[in-house]
Amino acid sequence: MTAVANTNDALLRVDGLRVAIGESQILGGVSFQVRGGGITGLLGRNGVGKTTTLRGILGLVPRTGSVTLAGDELTALPVHAIVRRGVGYVPEDRDVFGGLTVAENLRLAERKDSEHRYALIYELFPELRERAAQRAGTLSGGQQQMVALARALLNASNRILLIDEPTKGLSPLMVKRVADALQRAALVTTILLVEQNLAVARHLVRDVVVLDQGSVVFAGDVATLVDDPALARRYLGLSTALGH
Amino acid sequence: MSRRGAGALALIGLAVILLPFVHVTLPGFFEGPLDSPGTLNLLALCFVFGALALTYDIVFGFTGLLSFGHALYFAAGVYVTAIALARWHWSLPQALALTAVVALLLPLALGAVCLRVHDISFAMVTLAFAEAASILVLQNPFGLTGGEEGLALGSGVLPAALVGVANTAHLYWIAAGLLLATCAIGWWAVNSPPGRVWQAIRENERRVAVLGLNPYAYKLASFVLSGFLAAAAGVAYLLLQGGANPQITTASFTLVLLVMVVLGGVGTLWGAVIGGIVYEYLDFRLLEFSNASVLQNLPPILRVPLSEPLFILGVLFIVLVLFLPEGLGGLLRRAPATVRALPAEKR
Amino acid sequence: MSTIVLLIVTGLGLGALYFLIAAGLSLIWGLMRVLNLAHGAFFTVAGYAGFFAAASLGGSSPWLQWFVGLIAGTLAGGIFAVLTETLLIRPLYRRPVGQVLVTVGLALATLALVEGTFGSDPRQVSLPDWMTATTTILGAAIPNTRFVVLLLAVLVLLGLLFFLRRTRYGLIIRAGVENRAMVSALGIDVGRAFTLVFAIGGMAAGLAGVLGATYFGTIDPSRGTTMLISAFIVVVIGGLGSIGGSALAAVIVGLLQQFLNFYAAAGVGDFAVVLLLAAVLLLRPGGLIGRGSA
Repeated sequence: MTAVANTNDALLRVDGLRVAIGESQILGGVSFQVRGGGITGLLGRNGVGKTTTLRGILGLVPRTGSVTLAGDELTALPVHAIVRRGVGYVPEDRDVFGGLTVAENLRLAERKDSEHRYALIYELFPELRERAAQRAGTLSGGQQQMVALARALLNASNRILLIDEPTKGLSPLMVKRVADALQRAALVTTILLVEQNLAVARHLVRDVVVLDQGSVVFAGDVATLVDDPALARRYLGLSTALGH
Repeated sequence: MSRRGAGALALIGLAVILLPFVHVTLPGFFEGPLDSPGTLNLLALCFVFGALALTYDIVFGFTGLLSFGHALYFAAGVYVTAIALARWHWSLPQALALTAVVALLLPLALGAVCLRVHDISFAMVTLAFAEAASILVLQNPFGLTGGEEGLALGSGVLPAALVGVANTAHLYWIAAGLLLATCAIGWWAVNSPPGRVWQAIRENERRVAVLGLNPYAYKLASFVLSGFLAAAAGVAYLLLQGGANPQITTASFTLVLLVMVVLGGVGTLWGAVIGGIVYEYLDFRLLEFSNASVLQNLPPILRVPLSEPLFILGVLFIVLVLFLPEGLGGLLRRAPATVRALPAEKR
Repeated sequence: MSTIVLLIVTGLGLGALYFLIAAGLSLIWGLMRVLNLAHGAFFTVAGYAGFFAAASLGGSSPWLQWFVGLIAGTLAGGIFAVLTETLLIRPLYRRPVGQVLVTVGLALATLALVEGTFGSDPRQVSLPDWMTATTTILGAAIPNTRFVVLLLAVLVLLGLLFFLRRTRYGLIIRAGVENRAMVSALGIDVGRAFTLVFAIGGMAAGLAGVLGATYFGTIDPSRGTTMLISAFIVVVIGGLGSIGGSALAAVIVGLLQQFLNFYAAAGVGDFAVVLLLAAVLLLRPGGLIGRGSA
């Protein structure tokens, strides 16, 4: 297992994260670091525990282990306090509030310094301004994804965004838009991105952390993974190699 | 069951059976000596409630079904028998046969419907049906139930051996027999293969379904068994009380059942029995306690709450739920009081 | 014709009371997934608190007495509810069954205490003369209390809708009813919303307690329990967390009850409404009107 060099600019540090649901051990001790700035990918086959890792960082599932953000230990804090320390979350199912309007969904996510982030959001997703009064439950999947991303971006104080499979189920055009938005977002914050779509991921991410069966099996830069098809095949279960 | 456990139980059983022959006074505990009708009557009532609490523990403590309508089946046992005896002048065996049929079909029908939903919705549906039954009883349809005044059995309706103060010992033995039978059936049921499925359902219903078992069928079985046994307890209760009273159809009464089971310790069977016995005993005695002279001298702010048995029980219940989820049974068990507090805390 | 008018107004009046109790229950259940069986106790305690506050001013104008009683009852309901949430519900956060049970204990204890202190018989309530008088509409003599109850319920409805749609906490509550976890994941402390929702529910139930005494002319310890059951029916039919749904359902339930009780037989209406609860729960757990999930 190649470890990321223990750099000093590790923004998020996860150490020995264990999550058990009922009798099954989902995560058996996950440890990795996320460098500040740019996008780090959290990859792995279906069901290895990527989503659970994100939820474990936030405390949305009971877990043991240590999670520190810029040196502050997060694990003892309740969910909302962790989020307030600067951890944004874009869940896999988007989880927009269907009964609320787009504008209300965004307003809910606002905090003190959100005003000037609206410019960025409307630039990336003009639809959000057009459909401000529309009930979020009637939006398409792609539009809901925009809302979910915008919510996380609204907080300038978010130092890291945990984003879970944002391109899932989207049309190729939407996938491109989301990818562009993520690149723009990465200019102002750090992102830990769970992504199954490797064609997208490899162009976005700089470092990768690969999970297999509840623990980290590879951590390094994406180039290493891409250049070694055997490695990619082993860890990511591809029938064809990356590089297309 | 260990040999020592079985031996202890046999001893207790023997003591219970021989009680009406024991002329001993336990001052403070009972008003008269142990073989007096008053004491025997109280003990018999305690046994009936112990049995009833056990039936609720089967469906709530073991299968994890929070039913707010369990008292309905108890009341059915009371009222169907009473109506058959007093209104239609059937013989006792005939009335019991009818009650047995109703006691099987009623929980089957209602359970089949209620179990289509889960958790809080299930609790509310069971409450709704129980309320409907309560309203129905109070309406006195066709003059059958006696409405608010209840339905007294009157004379000449029961065999002579079951009537009269002198025969209280007979009723006592019937109650003891009921408790014994209910315990035996209950214990056998929860330790049987279906019983284990009930407990699995309580912990995680989805996993049971994934294993290829049909949770609905098992839940229904638990519902029917506990309903049937509750009706049996109702029959015994009728014999003891000599009549039916609509108070037992109310939602408050089911809640009292809930208190009994939690008091004794959920999911242990014997805990529920203890809870039922202790509750009924306290209810009886607290009523006397509330008239006691020692209370009369207290300032109103203390006297009033302490004179209300339900107040003391309500507060006790709150304290139990907050601090002692395992109930009295948990106190008695020396096992580490870890997790098995209240069943399936599904969110 | 006058009978129908009377039935409608009576049904609406009862519906108004149900709505006031159901509104709080609906929010509490919708946001916190807590089945608050002590809600009827809030109603009862507030009714008596209002009654005694009013009586303590004996000698002043009846309107002032009534008004003071109204305020006292509403506040009493709110305070009782907040204490319940902080002391009993919050510690049992991880034990939803325990939360329900603790409200059971509270309901039993409170009812016993009230009956012990004030007796279980209904007591006459003194009201301003205008309220006990009637106004004739389309040939029906309608007690003026009905109008008071209806008016206040409508005001509360409007107030709640405004609160939910236009304030930040209203937004939080609406979102929380849909997806509590996600609200936390946005950095919002839902715990404060919980207390707020109990406070609102308690005050509404408290107001209902005093208005109930106004409506029936008496104060009665057992009324809380019967009202609570009807209120649950309203909540289920109207949908969890939906105030508009509760209002509409309350009207339906109130009218149905009155008309059936009158045209069929006494008690049939109550019976039918309870069966309606069972039917809705079985067929449409999400409620007939609201969007809430079961």
